[in-house]
Order: sequence, then structure tokens, then C-alpha cells
Amino acid sequence: MNVIENLFTGLGAMIYDFLIWLTLPDWLAAVILLFLKWLLIILVVIVDVIILIWLERKISGYIQQRLGPNRLGPGGCFQTIADTLKLMGKEDIIPRTADKVLFVIAPAMFIIVAVMLYAVVPMGKDMMIVDFDLSMLFFISVASLGTLALFMGGWGSDNKWSLMGAMRAVAQMISYEVPLAFSLLGVVMITGSLQFSEIVAAQENIWFVFLQPIAFVTYFIAATAELNRGPFDMPEAEQELTAGPYTEYTGMRWALFFLAEYTNLVAVCLMCSAVFFGGWHGPAFLPSWAWMFIKAYFFILVFFWIKWTLPRIRMDKLMEFSWKFLVPVSLGNVLLTGVGLMLFR
Amino acid sequence: MITSEKYVLNMGPQHPSTHGGMHLETIMDGEFIDDVIVHLGYDHRSVEKIAESRTYIQFIPYASRLDYLSSNLPTMAYCQAVEKLMQIEVPERAEYIRVIMGELNRIASHLLFVGSLCQDVGATTGLAYCMREREKILNLIEMTGGQRMLSSYMRIGGVSDDLPPEFFPAVKAFLDGVPNMLKEFNGLISGNEILQGRLKDVGVISKEEAIAWSLSGPNLRAAGVPYDIRKEEPYGIYDRFDFEIPTADYCDCWNRYLMRIEEMEQSARIVRQALEGLPEGEFRTKIPRILKPEKGAEVYYRIEGAKGELGFYILSDGTEKPKRLHVRAPSFINLMVLPIISKGERFQDLICNIATLDPVLGECDR
Amino acid sequence: MNPLIQTLQEAFPEKVEAVEVSNYPTVKIAAADLVAIMQYLKDEQNFDYLANLCSIDYPEEDAFEIVYFLHSLKEREKRIQVKVRTAHNRPEVPSITAVYPGANWQEREEYDLMGITFTDHPNLVRVLLPDNFEGHPLRKDFKGVNVKP
Repeated sequence: MNVIENLFTGLGAMIYDFLIWLTLPDWLAAVILLFLKWLLIILVVIVDVIILIWLERKISGYIQQRLGPNRLGPGGCFQTIADTLKLMGKEDIIPRTADKVLFVIAPAMFIIVAVMLYAVVPMGKDMMIVDFDLSMLFFISVASLGTLALFMGGWGSDNKWSLMGAMRAVAQMISYEVPLAFSLLGVVMITGSLQFSEIVAAQENIWFVFLQPIAFVTYFIAATAELNRGPFDMPEAEQELTAGPYTEYTGMRWALFFLAEYTNLVAVCLMCSAVFFGGWHGPAFLPSWAWMFIKAYFFILVFFWIKWTLPRIRMDKLMEFSWKFLVPVSLGNVLLTGVGLMLFR
Repeated sequence: MITSEKYVLNMGPQHPSTHGGMHLETIMDGEFIDDVIVHLGYDHRSVEKIAESRTYIQFIPYASRLDYLSSNLPTMAYCQAVEKLMQIEVPERAEYIRVIMGELNRIASHLLFVGSLCQDVGATTGLAYCMREREKILNLIEMTGGQRMLSSYMRIGGVSDDLPPEFFPAVKAFLDGVPNMLKEFNGLISGNEILQGRLKDVGVISKEEAIAWSLSGPNLRAAGVPYDIRKEEPYGIYDRFDFEIPTADYCDCWNRYLMRIEEMEQSARIVRQALEGLPEGEFRTKIPRILKPEKGAEVYYRIEGAKGELGFYILSDGTEKPKRLHVRAPSFINLMVLPIISKGERFQDLICNIATLDPVLGECDR
Repeated sequence: MNPLIQTLQEAFPEKVEAVEVSNYPTVKIAAADLVAIMQYLKDEQNFDYLANLCSIDYPEEDAFEIVYFLHSLKEREKRIQVKVRTAHNRPEVPSITAVYPGANWQEREEYDLMGITFTDHPNLVRVLLPDNFEGHPLRKDFKGVNVKP
């Protein structure tokens, strides 16, 4: 059991020892190890996304009473790989009037921001790239950088549909960041720390979803909007804005946006299970990182379910819902938590 | 100093929500619509001109390509118009078969209305459910005419062939499923609060305006005018059936949607009654190979199509080809109010307005 | 004689000619009286619904005929067909959009396909064919776009 539990941490320690044995200086060994960790993360993310896209297509097919991909490999599981290869081979079109610099940078920035989130997201016990005391703050602030990438893409495309989608994305994501941050505040107040490892450790006996149910619900709704997933997929809105900021993108650049969206989805779900559902805690017959991913995948499935059931909400109602409902409720939750803490201490 | 200006957003002719080739030049003020200029004609096949060089019988397939979502209804209207022009009597059984197929096709058309509305507001699952049900009707149509959408099953003087024996259990199975289907729609689609929020109080047109702009069909009935040609001047044998005309008193997108849902129920009722009363006998009367109405004879014949008042004006010049054939296309005339109801609303509402006016571009552009 | 046509003839003496051609009671009137008679039919006779509008080319009689089908949603059994003729070389008919707004696109369609000018129409441009199209296809002498004479 211990071997599986410490599979990744042990591997890391072994590589470090090996590098020291090669008489490399300490700092160089640490840098190489960090580099390898990032490589692993990117690998995990890409494999994860390929699985997720297949899973989403299968699940949406199940919800809509059709088959979904079923030709390539058992259950169509190689379909996404084939699609990725196809996208790589497609012509890369940059519109003549586009702002070329912004247009090219936007997808790269979106994916870099998405992968940056994994620097602090815990994947299991002691399995974070960096574990520092402001990791939650880092998560929230980096997550909001994605808005900028979407806006760059929308503005750079020089297309009214893209611009409208980008404007919507900015309005929506800025509005929903507020309740998102407030709902996490309740948890932070209880643990007194912004560090993920401490927040998870504090849930050894009771998960925070039972202490902070309101915060969980507001977090979940706000996260749906942050991720631009249905019913809040306003910026894309393929039936209205054709595809919002992604309208002019083709081939691999478009795929990068797509990749980043799913990367964000996994990050937010990992975060959700770490903050509200006890993170890596779970019965010991499975290693901690497995529990982490099982919980995260559960939330991913819930996101899929919601997206494929509900219609898209209207933009003004979306904004109203954030400012008139979610923000007051999450603020009230902060107040309630404060009062509760005063009473029980 | 920040200034703002209006901008033109060209929606279509390639756009997922225009239901075909339609170009909307929307003049936008931010997210709000200032004006909509509709450019039609991307699907114009000059059906009316073609009619002048085809014999009366040859035109039937062209009629089915007008409203291709409910192709039995325009072909029925055309055939009945010619029969009226020529005073051809249609056998009893053919009349019943026409009613059955027409009403089934009306349900199919309304199902696609609900489905495409769901698709336009982002609930793709609603589309899948509607398509699943529509598939059953298309199978029924395939049994009768051999073709799924444009079957040209109606003929002058009757229908092309008798109903096959396997048709009856299949249609019975479908009709038995209709209450369950509507219940499912009410749960998945109508009962959804987001959808209600998207549709209620959107695209409102008053009763007076609706009449003045010659709106017809479910769109007019949503405005509170119980006007259904099946009841007003029962063509064919519609006076023998017992059904209601669903009406609402406020013509917004939500009520226009509800009209379709309720009409499906009524259509299923008519089909049930028609199946019960289906007499034995001929399915088509003998007509001359070449139809020559007398010179100067003209007729304006209208039926209640799936989209509204579907009329055929036929003027004969005594030859085997009509001198003039005009189609009163409900989609075309219903679409006229789009700029009026969309003015001042949000861009997302425009999508709902197009979907609930339910234009079929094949009929609209002819 | 239909009582409706009789009252119409009394209201507009010598301007309304009754004919029996179709399944609708039909009157023929002059283009100059069109708007006045339409307004009368709408206000006094409750014809509030313009069902259909179309035009016919009569090259042998050197005329165009525009046909209006009116219905009443208040008195459901009432119906009338109004026919107006105009000259072939200068087809001009007053627009009835002021009386029936629903005539708007239908008149545009006839302008587009038949080439009849509706005076005082708010926006008389082609509706189905492209703006740079030459000719009016529903006319009997239309030869087609790519057909050489």
C-alpha cells in the first residue's frame, strides 16, 4: 500500500537522490526536478483532456439518447486522438485584418494560465509542485488572468461576433469572481490559512461541505460561470455568437483554447474536492491521489450533466443573478461563519 | 470623452440560428437591437415561375418543397386547390387519409419547432428528444409515400397509394406515445425555469398589430384570436372532427411556444378520430391525364398549414399549364413582424423571436 | 348579387364593378380608388385581415392585375376579392400599406417579381432577388438571365 501511496513522491525523491549522486549542485537538482514535475503535469493534463472530451461526448450521447463516438477503437475511445491529429494538420488561418500579435498570443496565454493553476493544486498527499502559504490566493488570481486571454482573442480577431463574445466573457467572469472568492473565504476563516495543504489537513474529521454548505453551492455556481460552461456558456454561445472569441480560430490554435477549457475544468474540480470534500482523505484502500481524482471526476460528471440538461441563461439575468443573489448570499455566509466562529471558540 | 455608436452586425446567411439561408442586418446598440433589416432570397427557386411551365400534375413535387418540414400540407393545399378549380370529387377514404397524413406532418413540423427552439437557446438535449419523436412520424410518412420528407403522397383526386397494413400498428404506437411525449417535454423543456425566463415577455406583439400585419397560424392564436381555418371554413372533411383551437391572450415567445405544444395534442386527437372513422373504398378517383380547367377560372384556396394560413391562388388560361400560381406563404408574412417585435430587445432575444415565429426558408423564399 | 357588393356599390357609385370569377365575391375597381375603398372596407365593413396579395400579367390585354383577398376576423364568414388593373407600360398602383401594414412585404414581392410600382410604399426594394438583378421574372416576356435571344 505504501508503495502505491508514495509512488510519485518516492519517484521524485529517487530522481533527486540520483541527481545529487551525479554530483550536481543542490539548486540545479531542484530545478531539474521541478522541470520534470511540470512535464509530468502537462502530460497528465493532456491525457486527462483527451479522456474528458471522449467522456463528454459519450455522456452527452447517453443523455440525448444517442450513441456518441463509436467507430474508432472500443467505444470510440480513440476518436479524440484522431480529432487532435486532424486539428494539428489543419491550415492555420490568421485573418488579414486581425491584430496578429494578440491573435497569436491569446491561445498560448490561455493554456499557460490554465496550466499555471496546477502549480498549487494538490493532486494527492504532499503532491503539489509548490506548497506555499498563499496558494489559494495564487489560484484565484491566476484563474482570473484567463479572462484577459479571452479578451485578447476576441479583440485580436477583428470580428464583431468575437468581440461581443469577449465582452460577455469579461463581464461574466469578473462578476462571478466576486462570489467565488467570497465563498472560499468561509473556509479560509475556519482554517485560518490560505494554504491548500493545511485546508485539506483540517478536513481529516469532517469535510467542509458539511460546515459550509452555502459556500459550496455558491462556489459551484460561480465556478460554472467562471469555466464558461452551460448554462453559463454565454461567451461561446455557438447558436448565437457562432463561437464567440473562438470564431476566427482554426486548427491547433482553436484546439489550444479547447484544451485550456478542459484544463481549467479539471483544476476547478480538483480545487472543489480539496476545499470542500476532504481532498485526499478517504478510506485507506486507495492511495490519496486516487481519492483526489475520483472526487474531481465526480464533479466533472456533474458539470457535464448540468451542461447537457439546461438551456443557456440570458446575459442580463446572468449578471443579475451574480450581483443580486450570489454576492449577497456569499457575503451573508461570511457573516454567518464569523458569528459561528465567535460562538464556538 | 467616451463616445458610442451603433454598429451593424450581419447575422447570416451562414448562421446556426437563422433556420436556413437568411441574412439579418441587425443594427445594434451594444447588446440591444435598434433595427433588423431582413434580406431574403437565398433559397429562392422561383417556384411560381416554374409552375407556369409545368402541368397541374407535374407541379405537385414542387409544392412539397415549399414547406419541406410538413410537406404533406402544401401538397394537400395545392391538390385541393386544383380539385376546387376543376370540381373534382375526392373519395371519402382519400379525404381521411389526407387528414391523417396532414395532421401527422403538422405534429412533425411542431416537433421540429420545439427542437430547434431548444437548440437555439442552448438546450441541445431538447432537440435530440424532439428528433427522436419526429423520426417515428418520418417512418410513417416513408411507409405511405416511400420518401421521408418530401413524399408527394397527395395527388389530385386522392392520394398516390393506399395506406399499407403495417402503417396502422405503427401509427397507433405513436399516438399512444403522444401523452407520454408531451409529459416528457413539459418536464424537460416547458418546466425549465431558464427557458421560461428566456421566452416570457420576449418578442411581444399586440392583438391589433398581429391582425394588421396579417400574422397567421399559431402566432396569431397566441395573440388571442381563435382563428383556425380548419374551424372557420372546414376544408376537406375537417367539420367531422372534434378538436379545440388552443389560444393564449398574450403573444410573447412563451405563448407562441405553448401554442405548438397544445396543437400537437389536438392534432393527435384528430388523427385518432380519423383512424376510427376511416372508411373502406377507393383511395383515388380517376382524373383525366391532362387537366385543362376552363379559361379564366381562378381560385384562392387556403388551408391551415403548420406555420399559418397557407394559400394557393391559381389562375387558369384554358391550357394544361396554369397562367399564374401564387403561394400565400405563411412563413414569409409571419417573418415580416420580426423587426417590429425585436426592436429594443437584446440580441439573445432575437434568436428566440426567429425560432418562435417559425419560418421555413423554403416556403419563405419559394 | 352579394349584399356586400351591393353596399359597396352604393357607397362608391359607378366605381365598383362586380364580376364572378372565383370562389370569392369579386369586385373590380380603378387604381385611383383603391386606397379609399380599402379604407372603407376596413373601417365600415370590418375587413381587418389582408389574407393575400398577388399580381397577374396579361400581356395580351396589355395590363397587370393586382388581386387582394380580404377577410374579416370579426365577422368570420365575410370575404372579398378586390381586383385592380394597371397599364403594362407604366405599372403603378397606390400602396395599401397605410391601411394594411401586412401588405408591406407582399407588395415588395410583387414589385420584385412582377415589376409593379406601388406608390407611397415606405420601402419599395427587392425582397427575394438581389438588388442588382435585371428584369422581373414573373412577367410573361421574361427570357431568363443567361438565355440569349
